[in-house]
Amino acid sequence: MKHEYDVVIVGSGLAGLRAALEVAQEADVALISKVFPTRSHSGAAQGGISAALGNEEPDSSEWHMYDTVKGGDYLVDQDAAEVLADDAVRAVVELEHFGVPFNRTPEGKIAQRAFGGHTRDFGKGPVKRACYAADRTGRVILDTLFGEAVRRGIKVFSEFHLMDLIVDKSRVGGVVAYELATGEIHEFRSRAIMLATGGFGKLFKTTSNCFANTGDGVYLCYRAGIPLEDMEFVQFHPTGIYGLGVLITEAARGEGGVLRNSEGRRFMDDYAPTIKDLAPRDMVSRAMITEIRAGRGIDGRDFLHLDLTHLGKDKLAEKLSDISSFAKIYLGIDVASEPIPVSPTCHYMMGGIPTDVDGRVLDDKGNAVTGLYAAGECACISVHGANRLGCNSLVDLVVFGRRAGKMISRELPSLDRWEPAGDPADAALWTVDAIRSRRSGEKAAGIRSEMQQTMTDLCSVYRNEKDLARAMSDIRGLKERYQMVTVDDKGAMFNTDILEAVELESLLGLAEATLVCAEARKESRGAHFREDYPDRDDVNWLKHTLIQKTGQSFRIFFKPVVITRFEPKARTY
Amino acid sequence: MDMKFRIFRFDPEEDRDPYYREYSVAAKPDERLLDCLNRIKWEQDGTLSYRMSCAHGVCGSDAMRINGRCALACQKLAKDFEGVEVVLEPLPTFTVLKDLIVDLTPFFERVDEVRPYLMASDPPDKERLQSPDDRKKMGAAIRCILCACCTAACPVSIENPDYIGPAALVQAFRRIFDSRDEEREDRLKQLDYPDGVWACVNYFECTRVCPKEIPVTKYINMIKREIGK
Repeated sequence: MKHEYDVVIVGSGLAGLRAALEVAQEADVALISKVFPTRSHSGAAQGGISAALGNEEPDSSEWHMYDTVKGGDYLVDQDAAEVLADDAVRAVVELEHFGVPFNRTPEGKIAQRAFGGHTRDFGKGPVKRACYAADRTGRVILDTLFGEAVRRGIKVFSEFHLMDLIVDKSRVGGVVAYELATGEIHEFRSRAIMLATGGFGKLFKTTSNCFANTGDGVYLCYRAGIPLEDMEFVQFHPTGIYGLGVLITEAARGEGGVLRNSEGRRFMDDYAPTIKDLAPRDMVSRAMITEIRAGRGIDGRDFLHLDLTHLGKDKLAEKLSDISSFAKIYLGIDVASEPIPVSPTCHYMMGGIPTDVDGRVLDDKGNAVTGLYAAGECACISVHGANRLGCNSLVDLVVFGRRAGKMISRELPSLDRWEPAGDPADAALWTVDAIRSRRSGEKAAGIRSEMQQTMTDLCSVYRNEKDLARAMSDIRGLKERYQMVTVDDKGAMFNTDILEAVELESLLGLAEATLVCAEARKESRGAHFREDYPDRDDVNWLKHTLIQKTGQSFRIFFKPVVITRFEPKARTY
Repeated sequence: MDMKFRIFRFDPEEDRDPYYREYSVAAKPDERLLDCLNRIKWEQDGTLSYRMSCAHGVCGSDAMRINGRCALACQKLAKDFEGVEVVLEPLPTFTVLKDLIVDLTPFFERVDEVRPYLMASDPPDKERLQSPDDRKKMGAAIRCILCACCTAACPVSIENPDYIGPAALVQAFRRIFDSRDEEREDRLKQLDYPDGVWACVNYFECTRVCPKEIPVTKYINMIKREIGK
């Protein structure tokens, strides 16, 4: 089936929705999503959204910008960080106006709390900058923005999986999508495409990410020859529920929770003497693995304790109720009286599709690809550099989602319709038919599970040359096996078997890109720690990595970091 | 531990009538029923269809009927079903599309009907002020994840397709009790009809099944009281 719109936005999390609200005033928009919009992964964000409102104590956008740059270990493009910090206050006020039910201060203002890496006066001590709605901040913002989309009658195509981008070097013609309900391939012709397809935490076995986070938009850009930026930077959140990976928000530590080792010691004292448990995520995750390797995991095992027992029942009920309920449901523990077993869990991808601060996707020369835009976790602006601070993702989504929407509106009058030669849906049809009709081979699940095990074992918090080489060889073997992927379900309706097989192509491609970039960067910075190159090396590596597909191979190149205000310094907390 | 499942199957392209198929799967006691379902799908029978996404009770995708009760498969643990056959069926009340997947279109239409957004004019430059007490009046309604368990389980919804249903009423409650909303009276008027809030006759099934522990029936009764004022 063919559809014609001015703009197609793929992904209905916060970035996609916020962009849609902006563009829908000006143009005919289709919002395509793999899941029903309120099921999007933005909804899993718990702790808060950062903005220097100064409602609880003095704060400034400049401090926010500084923290973002330092938190990202100086790989952040500082022009982007400035835009983020400057626009954050307006963006959060706007969300309140849309109706987000933020917690409130006694005077009725938006309440704020402490979070990892948020500091006053350029690192002097913690500051309350995280605006929150209990510990379901992402979910209520998602519900609120979706409500706005309902109010404005934005056209949503739910349970449509992105299969292909209709693009060439300088033009876009739309996207091809697979309708899960019917198995039909749809062509959405448009003059502009915006990708807001989220991250790809499903590369790893233990992750806080949802099943839908398979990086489809990022991979399809890569496949189309657009370079990917900073793919080696994968954030491991310190406090995933041990074994499950379910997120326990950093707000638990922002509200006073502490991490303890088998000796009952608050070990972050040793690693970040000033802000302790509120150090950025990469540092806390590394400290945890260091403790575990030194035999100080709980009972000598590979987890630690997050202790909230001193916070009191009232604070837990009012500010941390969801995570209290997760601990109850999945571990059978009452967090008011027992510590939570936690270990690092794959959480966020700093890298992705390179864009400018207005969401325009950049090609290998650094020029905007006409008509192609991206925002959110799938994009790399780069505002998070080598390590994202907590609460900076939600604000990134609404700030840069809106900016992308504005830019689309501005550029749309000059964008023409493009009729590509041939039938752009053919490739997607062949892909699905080939998977469906293959008689022998193996199912996606086995290949995927080996990939996730490999990435978790060999490319997590600590990395080294030998492990990465082994991982690369594993992934290439899996890519070979994927050529013969097969499915049990040959039907048309709700064929999630085929969906998972298609998604695996994205995951394998992105696993390879991540490994290549991790191998290339011979230094340690932010979330990328090389045991064989344990120091940050600004002389040689203060630059962004780019990987571009070239036929069956790829090339690595680099681009400089934008430094405006803050010269790189040693990163201590 | 060994788990026994009996799962509702129906593929309209293949089957004239629904049937049940049995599966056995090994599970660790702390694993979720969703993990078991995934193992069945990935290792035994890829034709089985169901929705899922976040796997920890936030997105609301994997609502289904588990041993007769509407619930999220990602919130139930294997150990609580030891020695018991687990019967998985699609949510009642809605039309089955395939296996455990139902058509939620009418569900979301009902939610949209109550205008699930803030209606307020002229915002100030900064945030609107709202006291912590006023904020609390929205109560647990902000926890709703639109999983549809309540509406599916409601005996009135099953009998009366015109009933607006508990989930839509929770969404309405959230706005009626939001001190910032300016259309409170109009919202109450909208629900004041036989198939609106008055169709609820306090079966409490919605409250019993809500995976986010929202006191749904209580909220419906609070709306009734507001209308009566």
